[in-house]
Amino acid sequence: MAHHEFETPVTEAQVRALKVNDTVTLNGTLYGIRDATQIHMFDRGRKTRFDLSGHAVIHTAPNVKKVPKSAAHPTGYAPVCIGTTTSDRMERFTRPLMQQNGVRIIIGKGGLREGSLAAFGELGGAYLAIIGGTAALETTWIEAIEDVDLDDLNPESLWKFRIRGFGPLLVAMDSHGESLYTRIRRTAQERRADALASLGVK
Amino acid sequence: MKIESGQIEEAAKELYIRALKLLPPDIKQGFAALAGHESDATAKSVLGTMITNIKVAEDTDNLLCQDTGIPIYNVWIGRGVEVDGVELKDAIRRGCERATREYPLRSSVVHPVTRANEHTSCGRGVPVINIDFTRERDTLAIEMIPKGSGSENNSFLRMAIPAEGVDAIKTFVVDCVLEAGGKTCPPTIVGVGVGGTADLCLHLAKVAATRPLGSACDDPEGAKLEAQLTQAVNKLGVGPQGLGGDSTSFAVYVETAATHITMNPVAVNMQCHSARRARATFRPAGLEYGF
Repeated sequence: MAHHEFETPVTEAQVRALKVNDTVTLNGTLYGIRDATQIHMFDRGRKTRFDLSGHAVIHTAPNVKKVPKSAAHPTGYAPVCIGTTTSDRMERFTRPLMQQNGVRIIIGKGGLREGSLAAFGELGGAYLAIIGGTAALETTWIEAIEDVDLDDLNPESLWKFRIRGFGPLLVAMDSHGESLYTRIRRTAQERRADALASLGVK
Repeated sequence: MKIESGQIEEAAKELYIRALKLLPPDIKQGFAALAGHESDATAKSVLGTMITNIKVAEDTDNLLCQDTGIPIYNVWIGRGVEVDGVELKDAIRRGCERATREYPLRSSVVHPVTRANEHTSCGRGVPVINIDFTRERDTLAIEMIPKGSGSENNSFLRMAIPAEGVDAIKTFVVDCVLEAGGKTCPPTIVGVGVGGTADLCLHLAKVAATRPLGSACDDPEGAKLEAQLTQAVNKLGVGPQGLGGDSTSFAVYVETAATHITMNPVAVNMQCHSARRARATFRPAGLEYGF
């Protein structure tokens, strides 16, 4: 259970060193991505001008405020509250995101499925669990909204955040075929009979 | 008692913002209770982060969660309150739009087919406004619930049949919690509707999921199920965020309604750990905000 401090972008070797139950804190750049962003990128052929190679993306759509453009707010957006959404809906985008855009790390809540786990193994990637619903805290780890692309999809634009001390995040799926979600699901399935017996279900 | 629509509009705006920032005291106590009993190290740490977040939101005057949800307003009108119902609904909608534009909040509401976002948190049939009446004379109460999508996406209905008995209800609830795993942002409040028609059953599940912690179903049969199911789902080991542990749900709450001789419906609607709600009560003495 090691702790890793990463400056993004990261290398394949750095990501392959991660094992479930390790923790990671990120610094540098983080990209925010969501359902509509990926539907447009992978189903409708939209391209982003951002180079996501080796980068981390987080499943989010932030609360932002329009402000005059300045050095602190180069996009004219100031962060209000930035959190994380349920990853499971975006399961089918993991592989194209890695294959076509070179993404190495996905941050989200609730976990991804077997297809993503396979992609992490084959292509070198990991899923880092953030605690969903703790956006007030998460917002304090974000220094600025540096850039934004595909902004017609707002709030589901492709966001570029500058982050400092973003974490600790829990490695919940790694490139070695391990997933905490699969483990927990198996345990829960095993305990189902006990739970039903306690209810007197025949 | 007469209430100006401007006051309703202002309250509807204020309620949305308050609900997103301040977690009710019963939920905070619920967190303390879970953290006190949790035996899993990861789960303890996850609960600790959630408790820290409540404090950070208060200290930085920020929203607890980025999901501004689907806005729901529940209204109870007293017998001595004179109100133009159409104007009441319009005023609530205006307040909801203003909260979104003026704060500003992320509008999480889109047209179901075109996915167009009006950036007002409103759209066809949204905000959801439920109107009911209270025997209290000079009272008008508005409860606001920003219902998060992570938990709402895990809503389930089963039209079981009488021959399957109450076992069908119990099994369904356990299986829904298992199926939802970490997607609902556990620890959750699991709302269960039992009986009624299909739509009433789902509505009851939502009423149950948004009840304060420490409350009990006023149907003794429902209350019995609540106690049994709360224990049962917490045996599964799903844990906070689905990362394992004892604290899968704060509680399972049940609401019941009579049903047809041929029917045995059960519905599940879940509330995430950011179990947000806010209340405004108008009385002759003035307006009071609470939970």
